[in-house]
Amino acid sequence: MNTPATKTLDARGLNCPLPILRTKKALSELGSGDILAVTSTDPGSVKDMQAFCKQTGHELVSSNTQQGEFAFLVRKA
Amino acid sequence: MNTPTQLKAVEYPTSELLREHGSALDAWFDARYEAKRREEAANHVNSLAIIATKGTMDWAYPPFILASTASALGWDVSVFFTFYGLELLKKDLHLEVSPLGNPSMPIKMPFGPGWFKDINWNMPNAVMAGVPGFEKMATALMKQTVKNCGVASVRELRDACVEAEVKLVACQMTVDLFGHQKSDFIPEVTDWIGAASFLPVAQKSDVCLFI
Repeated sequence: MNTPATKTLDARGLNCPLPILRTKKALSELGSGDILAVTSTDPGSVKDMQAFCKQTGHELVSSNTQQGEFAFLVRKA
Repeated sequence: MNTPTQLKAVEYPTSELLREHGSALDAWFDARYEAKRREEAANHVNSLAIIATKGTMDWAYPPFILASTASALGWDVSVFFTFYGLELLKKDLHLEVSPLGNPSMPIKMPFGPGWFKDINWNMPNAVMAGVPGFEKMATALMKQTVKNCGVASVRELRDACVEAEVKLVACQMTVDLFGHQKSDFIPEVTDWIGAASFLPVAQKSDVCLFI
């Protein structure tokens, strides 16, 4: 998959709330409009990422499941 | 002598004004009110106030998980640590977990083959109470389980709270009551206060939890 990600974050093996905390931290190092690619294995992170983006105003560009891993693209607001 | 405007007001009673322009005024007011409400909602920063009262390893998680997550969502967070909750603010975290008197706590081994890990080693309270070092063992097992499952350590979550500038406040009364020294606590404790100081914070919060 071709992703225009500015930065990638590997949150595999981490459980709630770490994927969200790491995402927030990684986003804080990016500029507005930049894209962060996150991979995780925590099934709870799918809904959490949606809720996180809705609350914080960042855009969840995509959310995909591939072989037990979850891949997200988040555009910083 | 009356000025023209005063004269007009007298000759033109309010009821008359309302009858002619009432609906326009209502519409204007509704639109203005909606706009103000939207503006207020847009500027509103959500806030969370937690009262943390427990000092065991298992109960250390809810306040730190909720506080760190809320701060990641951009909320303004304050946690008031009182009674045993103060243990969570110590420089040296010696938190233990006790399955004694807690029938809901599964006792499972964090190692070995799958079938072995699935066994729940339920045992009577009298046995747990009688075995020396039972809590030390239970704590060691839980720490291993936490590590295996990729769950953050208590210290890691507390660091996340500190980094996110969660306000960690300690109950001064309990510090005195239990004879703690301020030097026992992490320097990031933002304040040493009492109930009278925390309640107004709790009152203004959107979410307030007693844990």
